[in-house]
Amino acid sequence: MTLHTLSVLVENKPGVLARVASLFSRRGFNIESLAVGPTEHGEISRMTIVVNLEDQRLEQVTKQLNKLVEVLKIVEIEGAGAIERELALVKVKADAQSRGQVLETVQLFRAKVVDVSVDAVTVEVTGNRDKLEAMLRVLEPFGIRELVQSGMVAINRGGRSITDRSLKPAPPVSLPNPA
Amino acid sequence: MTQQMTGAHSLILALESAGVDTVFGIPGGAILPAYDPLLDSTKIRHILVRHEQGAGHAAQGYAAATGKVGVCMATSGPGATNLVTPLADAAMDSVPIVAITGQVASAAIGSDAFQEADIRGITMPITKHNYLVTDPAEIPRAVAEAFYIASSGRPGPVLVDIAKDALQAMTTFEYPQSVSLPGYRPVTKPHGKQVREAARLIAASRRPVLYVGGGVIRAEASDELHVLAELTKIPVVTTLMARGAFPDSHPLHLGMPGMHGTVAAVGALQRSDLLISLGARFDDRVTGRLDSFAPGAKVIHADIDPAEISKNRHADVPIVGDCREVIAELIVALQAEYSAGHRGDSAPWLATCQGWRDRYPLGYQSQDNLLSPQYVVERIGAIAGPDATYVAGVGQHQMWAAHFVRYERPRSWINSGGLGTMGFAVPAAMGAKTALPDTVVWAIDGDGCFQMTNQELATCALNGIPIKVAIINNSSLGMVRQWQTLFYDGRYSNTDLHSAARIPDFVKLAEALGCVGLRCESADDVDDTITKAMEINDAPVVVDFIVNPDAMVWPMVAAGTSNDAIQIARDLKPVFEDDDLP
Repeated sequence: MTLHTLSVLVENKPGVLARVASLFSRRGFNIESLAVGPTEHGEISRMTIVVNLEDQRLEQVTKQLNKLVEVLKIVEIEGAGAIERELALVKVKADAQSRGQVLETVQLFRAKVVDVSVDAVTVEVTGNRDKLEAMLRVLEPFGIRELVQSGMVAINRGGRSITDRSLKPAPPVSLPNPA
Repeated sequence: MTQQMTGAHSLILALESAGVDTVFGIPGGAILPAYDPLLDSTKIRHILVRHEQGAGHAAQGYAAATGKVGVCMATSGPGATNLVTPLADAAMDSVPIVAITGQVASAAIGSDAFQEADIRGITMPITKHNYLVTDPAEIPRAVAEAFYIASSGRPGPVLVDIAKDALQAMTTFEYPQSVSLPGYRPVTKPHGKQVREAARLIAASRRPVLYVGGGVIRAEASDELHVLAELTKIPVVTTLMARGAFPDSHPLHLGMPGMHGTVAAVGALQRSDLLISLGARFDDRVTGRLDSFAPGAKVIHADIDPAEISKNRHADVPIVGDCREVIAELIVALQAEYSAGHRGDSAPWLATCQGWRDRYPLGYQSQDNLLSPQYVVERIGAIAGPDATYVAGVGQHQMWAAHFVRYERPRSWINSGGLGTMGFAVPAAMGAKTALPDTVVWAIDGDGCFQMTNQELATCALNGIPIKVAIINNSSLGMVRQWQTLFYDGRYSNTDLHSAARIPDFVKLAEALGCVGLRCESADDVDDTITKAMEINDAPVVVDFIVNPDAMVWPMVAAGTSNDAIQIARDLKPVFEDDDLP
């Protein structure tokens, strides 16, 4: 079993997330992480889906996804060419005594403090999964009060865009004349 | 200015524009607006069924018999949920149908309104695509796309759910000339390189088998298959969904593979060195235990749905395309191979396969004083002949109908293969007979199946749809009973239906539903009874054949075991003499 990151371009229509989620559930594929958002084109949304699968099952996931009428394109984002990011907001216990150490950790991970109160600080951190896990391990001993984490988003390095070609309008198919 | 009309009127015009001539359905609150303009349509015949499930299976029967899109219509809530089984059935067996359902008014959606069900959400996993339309202006496009999606690529069911206020609101009508779906571009033309690679493997093979599935029928590729088989002299097996795709009388035909396949078909697949799979999907009922299926074979897998290729069994040569185009191109590529002098000798293999077929034909043992169900089915097939259309339910009678009727033409055999829907036969036969009024349509049904959907006989009687129904009445849920005999020490838990005690009395039931009811209890009367049923064409006929409840379907590969464990009768295995394989 390996983690695979799929970028799925879909038509921005009601119900499309339910369709994709229902397909994963029905075919017994597990979603590790899911992020959905707009793209540079209003009519296209992009889902970043992380799945944990054997390689030959990945082909099946991709083929089944491609059968959904509203799915336009699927690209696996992988290897050194990939930039993968998650975002976490972490509320860490920090009183006058421990605050200094917490802030030091935050700096080491190039994270940001976004809120401070008497007994806690809230930290915003972005990075790949390894970085987030490492930072959480270091913050753990101080006491994590609350943690919220986004799904992963991913993009390929370089100048090429995966959305460009999906924008091309489909060639119209003539319907039979019933008369 | 374009003429103003209701969304409902626009829906009916859109259905007419899509070429619809028949709709099976039942009105109700949310779909009610659509039924008003439907009354005035001169192009569409609406057949008022007795249960929405009947409408769905009738649409399937109509589609399977003709290749045209079948249409069913229902109201919101329970009307729509009653279509769930036929939609799932059509998705499994790639049957092109469009379901139109009414939905509660758009402002009420999500409020648990009276007769509200999220049918779009419910049917997402069992339709090829579906729509919820709340804007009347969207109706023609949704209908046009639904028919295009249902009938193109791998055919399947599409549902169009329309909110009641969209049916009532005023709009204009314009049917689209074309559709443009950026995420839906089915590949029908195969890749030339893959076809040539397939031809190379076929030319070099010594023990090839043409493994033919329902895709060949959906693609209207029977003529091409015939040419391919005769050119190559490769033995052919036809799956349950493909019965009729290749004539049963043809010397290259080894019969049906799978759990209840013939010895020759199962044995040939197991010993093959090359499976040429055409529109088949390596279903578990064909492969048995997957890891021991055809262990020595390379696989050429041609299918219009790329997701079927290498789903269950790795394909050495995948070919995505419409079976008709694939086979046509394969013929050309093979002719090139042959004229270049590349041709392995598969004649000894064919002789071996034909030897198995001759040594282990399908058969059955009759028991004294009891009517054999196989004999009944065999005689119906012989008397009604290859021009008739046969529709089955699910269970033992279905397997006997697949075995003992001789199919000579595509679309002469209609059944529920993938989903295995008991109760399929009567409504599907109604749909087939509606589409083909001049064809004799026999539903071969079981007493269990018949009790699930026989209400549609009233629809048949009232609408002049004279189907013929043979109830293979073994007084039990026969296939389940067979498994209890074989795997549960004969402990018959809840499989005795007591139908032979005449509760219900099928003859009286048939008469009550406006049909002619006949009964046959002995072999001597079988031919006369069938002939009598054949002579009645002004009403549906139901024949209650009281048969031996202990008859079993053989051959059989027990679930979860290897196809090598095929038995021709209880504890009786065929002999293949594997050391002498060519």
